[in-house]
Amino acid sequence: MADHTLDAKGLNCPLPILKARKALKEVPDAGVLEILATDPGSVADFEAFCRQTGNELLEHSEDDGVYRFLIKKAA
Amino acid sequence: MSAEEKSMSIIVTKGSLDWAYPPFILATTAAAMGLPVTMFFTFYGLPLLLKDLKLQVTAAGNPAMKMPMAGMHVGLPNLLTAVPGVDAMASVMMKNLIKKKGVASIDELREAAVESEVRMIGCQMTMDLFEYDKKDMIDGIDIGGAATYIECATQADINLFI
Repeated sequence: MADHTLDAKGLNCPLPILKARKALKEVPDAGVLEILATDPGSVADFEAFCRQTGNELLEHSEDDGVYRFLIKKAA
Repeated sequence: MSAEEKSMSIIVTKGSLDWAYPPFILATTAAAMGLPVTMFFTFYGLPLLLKDLKLQVTAAGNPAMKMPMAGMHVGLPNLLTAVPGVDAMASVMMKNLIKKKGVASIDELREAAVESEVRMIGCQMTMDLFEYDKKDMIDGIDIGGAATYIECATQADINLFI
């Protein structure tokens, strides 16, 4: 289960990433942030974001144009 | 935080609405990814540090600027771009498009840059040359010259000129 959910639907690059960074600060270490987005570019961007920051992209999926990401915050 | 910390610097030389985007998008994103970022604002980029931003696009000399309209992409004929009011009109259209598409405003991105501790340096020479006053600029910026930037660039892994 996610500790925190960020609704980034309707936002374009780079806002989902910027807001995710902010939201991660509210998540405890090893906690999980759920992000909902509609920007198709966010798939590649969250993968890159996680590789660079050491946070773990647990899963991502798409349902009817809404992308859902689960990111586990680096401890 | 990442194991190997990289850093980035950007020289910002252009201050129109469209050209303000790349440096602020890259700076805020890099900062969000944990990179220390420095932006050096010089020449026409310097007004991007003014408290009161009055940004416009310039259609003249920009044949690649085409706006989506009624399912097509429409540009302005060169001659028309010189007509007074055309830039203002194109700027209003651009700002509406930006809002509609969920793209951040430059004010928003600049706030995010300040919040994420991006270091912003205003070029002293440009301030003298174009008669800008630091009191008209946002708080928290540094003022410096070429040497200030070079010192920072020697330590950065990514140096961009925009």
